[in-house]
Amino acid sequence: MPRTALTGTRVRERRLRIGMKQADLARHVGISPAYLNLIEHNRRRVGEALLTALAGALGVAETALAEGAESAVMEGLRAAAAGAQAPETPPEIGRIEEFLGRFPGWAELLAARQERVGALEHALVGLSERMAQDPFLSASMHEVLSAVTSVRSTAAILAESEDMEPEWRARFHANIHEDSIRLSEAAQALVAYIDSTEESETGLSSPQEEVESWLARTDYHLAALERPQPPAPEAMIEGIPDLASGAARQLALAHIARSRADAQRLPLGPFTAALAEDGPDPARLAARFGVTPGPVFRRLATLPRGVGGAAGLVICDAAGAMTFRRPLPGFALPRFGAACPLWPLYEVLARPGTLIRVPVEMAGRVPHRFVLYAFAEARHPGGWDGPQVVEAMMLILPATAARTGSERAIGPACRICPRPGCVARREPSILIGVEGEDRAAIP
Amino acid sequence: MGRQVLLIEDEPHIAEAIRYVLARDGWEVRHHGDGGDAMEVIRQVGPDVLVLDVMLPGRSGYEILQDLRRDPALAALPVLVLTARGVQHGPEGATRVMAKPFANADVVSAVNAIAGRGEAAE
Repeated sequence: MPRTALTGTRVRERRLRIGMKQADLARHVGISPAYLNLIEHNRRRVGEALLTALAGALGVAETALAEGAESAVMEGLRAAAAGAQAPETPPEIGRIEEFLGRFPGWAELLAARQERVGALEHALVGLSERMAQDPFLSASMHEVLSAVTSVRSTAAILAESEDMEPEWRARFHANIHEDSIRLSEAAQALVAYIDSTEESETGLSSPQEEVESWLARTDYHLAALERPQPPAPEAMIEGIPDLASGAARQLALAHIARSRADAQRLPLGPFTAALAEDGPDPARLAARFGVTPGPVFRRLATLPRGVGGAAGLVICDAAGAMTFRRPLPGFALPRFGAACPLWPLYEVLARPGTLIRVPVEMAGRVPHRFVLYAFAEARHPGGWDGPQVVEAMMLILPATAARTGSERAIGPACRICPRPGCVARREPSILIGVEGEDRAAIP
Repeated sequence: MGRQVLLIEDEPHIAEAIRYVLARDGWEVRHHGDGGDAMEVIRQVGPDVLVLDVMLPGRSGYEILQDLRRDPALAALPVLVLTARGVQHGPEGATRVMAKPFANADVVSAVNAIAGRGEAAE
């Protein structure tokens, strides 16, 4: 519920709950009551210093006031602003919270539209790449065009020339006949080609998105695989509406096969017991069960709801393309494109076999702390002479230890990352220089 | 002005049709169907106008055109380029670009226009 997730609203709720007057709180934190009133109605942004002061005066943790500032809707609105192409009136990024507070419905709609636009753009790029790079399509089109060109020119000559020598006339007739056969063959080949891809392969969501939507509905846990005799993988995906395309079903089957193997190696009962004993330490759990960290990562991120703590997981291939994403609140995983280059996920790609653990602070209004475990596995499915296939995984666990100050400062993705002066930044952020201390709050 | 046109086009039926309509208009038409040795043929024939297809076996029309424009003796040769892609994809250096499929009359008037005979100049 975005309405109650806003900082201003939370400040007001907390103040009323402890029976503090607006004027008192305002004096306490050194601002005018009128300004506090604007803040409480989400008309002004709360800078970090002020947030700390408010939290102190109200006797709550900062996160209790600002939690939700990184909500999905907020992320969506920021993404929409990032995608805006130099409009005459740029979006008021500093007033996102105010917008969200005053027009929650419109804000949610805009964020949802943004997500849709992103998905459509993605699909469109895929389609145009397919059109431009499909050698069969391009050769067929050339064949059709050549035959049509010849038919058109020859037919025009026959139609327009009355005084043509019989030999020429016969020759042109023969040409048209040949070209018409060539044209019909090319047309049939095209139809057969299009028929072969009749399934919604070119749907407006990518196969991976279809799989993610299916997994999100199952809470990323496939309970049927925990049975002693799990059902056939094909039966598990039958009639799932999310898995519309053949490509998505293939990905889903691969996911099931992998999860099934993981479930066999790490049976739910013993794994849960070990987890309760050892805590979520992937290295210890892996050693205990005699497996590599990979299955442990995946198992930890796909446990049934209520078993173990919350965990996020992201898997990528050697190109850095994400092949699996299980998000965790506060840790934004970009839908498309590359994420923050400082994620240990990318670091281990170059060091397969190494397990690294990095406490991090994810940039945001109120930075969230996590512990990231990253591990990359290299396989050689093609034998000695085949290529090395590397897959990197990163387990995302909420930090439990106190802040040490030496956490690695990471972000979501450069475009929406508010960290100034980041040495690994690859493109400017829409949030820097705009969302600083209340600067953009006044229109 | 001259009356000789050289047509470089690998599709025999298209070449035959173009050849016929240009001949009927009074042009002497020479035809060649390969890109690989097109430059030698152009130098040897020395046409007044060149009609050049883009997709040729051996060597593409784009490359041939580039060579033409670099050769001082041929840099000014009027060239009508025939392309299966849109005219906006026409190569640099073409005097005129025409997309396939075309109307015969358009080819004739384009050849006349770029040859400077003027009757269909735009």
